[in-house]
Amino acid sequence: MTGGDDHGVNRALDALCPMHMRLDAGGVIRHAGPTVGKLFPGRAIEGRALAELFEMTRPRGAARLEALLRAPGGKLHLHPRVPPCVALKGVIAPWDDGALVNLSFGISVLDAVRAYELTDTDFAATDMTIEMLYLVEAKSAAMEASRKLNQRLKGAMIAAEEQAFTDTLTGLKNRRAMDYVIGRLIAQGRDFALMAVDLDYFKTVNDTLGHAAGDHVLQEVARILVDATRERDTAARVGGDEFVLIFPGLSDRARLSRVARRLIAQLGRPIPYQGRECRISASMGTTLSVNYAHPDAETMLADADAALYASKGRGRARHGFHPASQ
Amino acid sequence: MHGLVNRAIERFVRDSYGTEAWRAVTRRAGLEMTSFEAMLAYDDKLTEDLLGAIAAHLEKPRDEVLEDIGTYLVSHPNLEALRRLLRFGGVTFVDFLHSLDDLPGRARLAVEDLELPRLELRDHAANLFSLLCRSRYHGFGHVMMGVLRALADDYGALVLLEYGAASDGAEVICITLIESAYAEGRTFDLGGRTALG
Repeated sequence: MTGGDDHGVNRALDALCPMHMRLDAGGVIRHAGPTVGKLFPGRAIEGRALAELFEMTRPRGAARLEALLRAPGGKLHLHPRVPPCVALKGVIAPWDDGALVNLSFGISVLDAVRAYELTDTDFAATDMTIEMLYLVEAKSAAMEASRKLNQRLKGAMIAAEEQAFTDTLTGLKNRRAMDYVIGRLIAQGRDFALMAVDLDYFKTVNDTLGHAAGDHVLQEVARILVDATRERDTAARVGGDEFVLIFPGLSDRARLSRVARRLIAQLGRPIPYQGRECRISASMGTTLSVNYAHPDAETMLADADAALYASKGRGRARHGFHPASQ
Repeated sequence: MHGLVNRAIERFVRDSYGTEAWRAVTRRAGLEMTSFEAMLAYDDKLTEDLLGAIAAHLEKPRDEVLEDIGTYLVSHPNLEALRRLLRFGGVTFVDFLHSLDDLPGRARLAVEDLELPRLELRDHAANLFSLLCRSRYHGFGHVMMGVLRALADDYGALVLLEYGAASDGAEVICITLIESAYAEGRTFDLGGRTALG
């Protein structure tokens, strides 16, 4: 190729492939596109050997031109020997008695744009880099908006679930929550105790002092139940004046009896309401999951209820187990 | 209308006139919600009611409100991410004008169901252009007036804009470029990503 042509070729290549390099037969860079210069600020590129400026990772360690030209498909992986050493992709093809190499930032383009402070003019007009940067930013913004929406929806969902598992009058768990807790304990094969609690004389309070008094009593009962149970226990209101307590990991009859006695004593105290006294008491029945080869919620609840009605039959404000003796 | 559009209108009112003004506008428009979700779709009528309520509250013509929204979208610091996305369109203001044909396509790449007006730039002379906006929603041309005005400032270009209507129902903006490097303009750094606030 003649000198005059050379100049025109270089100019054309600078515009079409601003990251190209022309190598001579000895692997020395004779001309480099303007963007290659940005990789080596303040350094001369032309006249230096390719291997001196770049470390080759594929084909690994190749220094001589013949080795580079043998790379399958002419594909090169390399990075500049000066920091920030951003990984580059390259393609090499024979040219005259030397070679032509074109570089690209590949997937590290985001880092490269920052590290080398690149602008639109550093890329060929046909290069998709600008579109890719645009897309990354646009998608990140859209993703962020979606992420925020998801967060808000999740918050709303948790609030809705919380509501659906809660008895709104007392703040205790509801029947649905109780079914869920029992189901989970059984599925996990964990031992637990189920205590059914029924208020005595509640109907009398409602009838003589009104529903507002009744509601107040239920709220007080709920408070007492929560205070008497541990963090991991569940107190649920499952009917008008019916409650169920679930004690995971508790199968000790003596301990459960103590809890029941304490509850009966506390629930037997008159509850003041607008200068009047509401008098109730509580009857209870308990069953233990260890009583069953294959515990199931329905049977256990029925057995706890049976023990509860046996207590009521023995004169209210009492607690009993199912089965009665063991 | 896409939630992004409604959300943009909401943020325009909140950022420019405050939360109280936004509450007054939603009350006036009879909206049930107090905030729009950017990634949900809403009934078109909501947007119309909203714009009507803003115009009434601010005592400004609707067209002027729309143009203010366009200006807000590009120039308010809270929407820096959007300004950046628009600046990807080109190195100079003229490059940017030529990129407008692709804008709806670019927007769809990011948010598939976002429908922007079809834009068509025609150049009549080196410094004389017209931009045709075609949309189901009349008034997008006014928003584009605001966007173009603010972006001209951003590029440091001095332009004259004139709004009109084409015979086929499209909106037309006549753009006269008086000077492309009139002022310093704001810098655009390719690698300087910002989060959409």
